Amino acid sequence: MKPVYSKIGEISGNVITVSASNVRYGELAVVSSDHGKSLAEVIRIDGGKVYLQVFQGSSGVSTSDEVRFLGHYMNISFSDDLLGRIFDGTGTPRDQSPKLMEHLIETGGPSANPINRIIPSRMIHTRIPMIDMFNSLVESQKISIFTTPGEPYNELLARVALQASVDVIVLGGMGLRYDDYLFFKHTFESKGALSRSVMFVHTAADPVVESIAVPDISLAVAEKFALDGKKVLVLLTDMTNFCDALKEIAITMEQVPSNRGYPGDLYSQLASRYEKAVDFEEAGSITILSVTTMPGNDVTHPVPDNTGYITEGQYYLDNGRIEPFGSLSRLKQLVNKDTREDHRPLMDGMIRLYADYQETLEKKAMGFKMTDWDNSLLKYGQLFEDGLMDLSVDISLEEALDRGWEILARCFDPEATGLKSDLIQKFWPEGVAADE
Amino acid sequence: MKGNIGFVKAVNGNMVSVEFDCRVKQNEVAYVIVGELRLKSEVVRITNDHADLQVFDSTRGIMTGDEVEFTGELLSVELGPGLLGNVYDGLQNPLYEMSESYGYFLEKGVTLPALPKDVKWEFLPTVKEGERVEKGDCLGTVMEGLIKHRIMVPFKLSESYEVANIVVQGEYTISDIIATLRDDRGREFPLTMSFNWPVKRAINFYEERLAPEEPLITRIRIIDTLFPVSKGGTYCIPGPFGSGKTVLQQITSRNAMADIVIIAACGERAGEVVETIREFPEIIDPRTGNPLMERTIIICNTSSMPVAAREASVYTAVTLAEYYRQMGLDVLLLADSTSRWAQAMRERSGRLEEIPGEEAFPAYLETLISGFYERAGMVRLKDGSTGSVTIGGTISPAGGNFEEPVTQATLKVVGTFHALSRDRSDARRYPAIEPLESWSTYKGIIDAKHREWINKLLTKSYEIEQMMKVIGEEGTSLNDYITFLKGDLFDSVYLQQNAFDEVDAATPEDRQKFVFEMLFHILHGNFSLLKDKEEARHFAHHLRQCFLDLNSAQWGSEQFERITKNIQESVEKYMDKDSGLSRLLLRSSFVDTIIDSSARRLKKAKTILKEDIEAETDDETGI
Ligand SMILES: Nc1ncnc2c1ncn2[C@@H]1O[C@H](COP(=O)(O)OP(=O)(O)OP(=O)(O)O)[C@@H](O)[C@H]1O
Ligand SMILES: [Mg+2]
Repeated sequence: MKPVYSKIGEISGNVITVSASNVRYGELAVVSSDHGKSLAEVIRIDGGKVYLQVFQGSSGVSTSDEVRFLGHYMNISFSDDLLGRIFDGTGTPRDQSPKLMEHLIETGGPSANPINRIIPSRMIHTRIPMIDMFNSLVESQKISIFTTPGEPYNELLARVALQASVDVIVLGGMGLRYDDYLFFKHTFESKGALSRSVMFVHTAADPVVESIAVPDISLAVAEKFALDGKKVLVLLTDMTNFCDALKEIAITMEQVPSNRGYPGDLYSQLASRYEKAVDFEEAGSITILSVTTMPGNDVTHPVPDNTGYITEGQYYLDNGRIEPFGSLSRLKQLVNKDTREDHRPLMDGMIRLYADYQETLEKKAMGFKMTDWDNSLLKYGQLFEDGLMDLSVDISLEEALDRGWEILARCFDPEATGLKSDLIQKFWPEGVAADE
Repeated sequence: MKGNIGFVKAVNGNMVSVEFDCRVKQNEVAYVIVGELRLKSEVVRITNDHADLQVFDSTRGIMTGDEVEFTGELLSVELGPGLLGNVYDGLQNPLYEMSESYGYFLEKGVTLPALPKDVKWEFLPTVKEGERVEKGDCLGTVMEGLIKHRIMVPFKLSESYEVANIVVQGEYTISDIIATLRDDRGREFPLTMSFNWPVKRAINFYEERLAPEEPLITRIRIIDTLFPVSKGGTYCIPGPFGSGKTVLQQITSRNAMADIVIIAACGERAGEVVETIREFPEIIDPRTGNPLMERTIIICNTSSMPVAAREASVYTAVTLAEYYRQMGLDVLLLADSTSRWAQAMRERSGRLEEIPGEEAFPAYLETLISGFYERAGMVRLKDGSTGSVTIGGTISPAGGNFEEPVTQATLKVVGTFHALSRDRSDARRYPAIEPLESWSTYKGIIDAKHREWINKLLTKSYEIEQMMKVIGEEGTSLNDYITFLKGDLFDSVYLQQNAFDEVDAATPEDRQKFVFEMLFHILHGNFSLLKDKEEARHFAHHLRQCFLDLNSAQWGSEQFERITKNIQESVEKYMDKDSGLSRLLLRSSFVDTIIDSSARRLKKAKTILKEDIEAETDDETGI
């Protein structure tokens, strides 16, 4: 049994210090105060002085409270019993069922050897054309929804999760509004998905630092399921809250900030989580779909910026639609070569024309005369937005491609589309008039 | 050796502070002993009686009082046959062997030898007993795939030696003694086929460093034609996330006409490396008939691997590049992304509580960046042959803004700048190199005057396009409108290149020259017969269609010829009759020349064009 320390030196932000020896870097401790017990983690050792980050916050902790080191690192019990369960950010049950103590696994383990990864190859069909057709989601991808508060991002997450044919869904909530928590719970329940889900939910009412552990716990669990051969989908919402918790700790620790107060290692911190997405050779896979809310709708803000450099693309959700610009699935080329031969060229061609449409819109706004070409583009833009972009559209990839050709044929001559002649011969719909 | 031991005093992230009472060298390797584990680390600062170490591994579990063993050796790599085709982490641990021994994960605290110990190499001696040699001299060769790998006198042997003994031709492993050298004091040095060299020290003995003048063909049109790279040169590719830096490097690593390609995946996604690891063994290099992997080395320290090793990884890569350069080979080093390397230094600097520079990067960032790119170069070796290291690095600027320390420091030292733009990638104009912003100081394969002319056309076309946004299309003259269409055409059918089209993905030098001259001629022409903008736009769309089809037609195929003819006919309809293009196409009898000898045809086309263009280029501003 490790000794108990009862002299807390400094309390600053959510970090406390104690004088202690034989303490390992990263070790957990329990701080007991009048307000109950709180988990804490060693984040720095300086001689005999040990810095601890207190997950439930340092509010109410007094200098004579007890600190007991646990001799182990952050861990979670792993078994199939997790399925259907709901926990808080550090793995304590939120539901009425008992705490799980068996088969403890450490979180934040080493990264997978690239040699053991395989090239992702299975498309996840969502029946959302802006995803399936223009930015296909691929099993084992890590991708984020870039959005702003108020957008229906959690609905989108839930819709994809229910549509995707995965074995296990892990939900990691960070700073989740209670309503959203209930929304996920009820939606999964009513669609019969709860029994294949595990939830780690940190709500907006909980201390901010507690959300720091959520991605690690969620991903450690996901990794174990994947090694057991399961296809796992991890939903992380909202990663901006996680980053803000990191920022808070960094500032308390007086680290030199690199950009808008965020620590210089924000990239590495995010990457070590997102890189857990994997398709294992001869085992299962982990797909990560996260939410990143952009403060001030600014994509150059450090959180979306660093995320964009790490994830394999992003869906840009704005005004209730997934925007074609800014949205990107970097893995789409791994799957859209095997769907239908017109998939790729049609996708590129339609986006190029949509870009032209945007320019025409600008011209129109400036009051210029619209040429015939401009008018075709305007018509095209409208049909594109209603027929493919609207989130209420719920069609298969095949249907979306056919609809794409039809939209083109209603607006343009074949040559104006910039698509190769052989494709046009094969796919250009007969009997659709360019000018109605 | 009890003397070389210290004890952990403090742990902060991946930095450990160690108390010692022995001799400690800056940048030497040390091991932090945690129970059974030995965590590799590097001394990065020494102050009086304590040293700061960056640990190349997770520091979880270290506590005060843990023992630290100093080795006295600088961080080094092992050089010798067997490097090619391998995949290493940033510290040169072979990842295939790691996977075999430790399974799915990169377990903590393990190191494995970099070179295969059991492979036998057919060694062919090239020196005799009694000859005098010095560092870098060739003692013999082995065939490493298709590469003649020189077994050299280890670079750290600094004197002149007599060959006391050399083995006969035969099969040897890298641990067998193949030669013994004797110095003037009679000391003997038994040598194997491998030796170590510290990664942060440039291998810099050669006869002469030459100017990088010979183009390195990448078979990417916008690069070779407009913003070329030279053998021994340097270039950088900054761009916001998702703009296509990695894809551009992947294409380059496949198609570049280098002898050896070293890919340094530095702090980026593991998945991207996997694509290379899995695909390269399957792709046959048409020039050699062997898998591409045989000319490739991958150093991968991806973003979730320990941060400190990220810094080491670019040095590991450039050291391997220099080693092969010493054999008279052209080596291309692609580093993705140098920003991650800079960030690793920033993290370290922060933990050392150094005074931060701009955006918290260390004040010495510029020195380190220029020091890295300076390791590129074309050199003449002692035996008269030349070898080169070309370095291309991507940059991931925060917020996609090039006004940031890493981009700015890099631009000061490189010879070519490929600026990737979000606008172009959003509009799917790949590769998204922005022609109006990029530049190159190297010569390339296209006549400088023509290159210049095209650059002017693109600028003019862009200006007109911007102007049209202000004054509208109806306020633009037909002539200006045609110039705009010309720029747009060149952009869509030449600068843009479809990486996923079997043919379009790589355009060989002669094809580039041919199509460029053809386009140059068309764009140079005067389309006085087009009666209005509507007709001009239709015509431009039609030409675009033809050229797009041409781009995916096999070079020299009948289809290629048919489309060329088609283009010629269309152009003649609107271009002044006596156009240079028709003469060009008429005079060269296409059917035989294209199929038989592209070289001959090219030469012919060139001379015909030269006459025409020289006649016209005097009043150059006729855009
Ligand atoms: N030449 C190209 N042809 C077709 N698609 C491309 C091309 N270049 C890039 N893309 C598309 O853009 C995506 C992103 O490209 P890439 O991964 O190279 O970006 P990046 O600049 O390296 O981004 P990051 O900085 O985040 O690593 C690719 O996955 C691909 O879908
Ligand atoms: Mg990249």
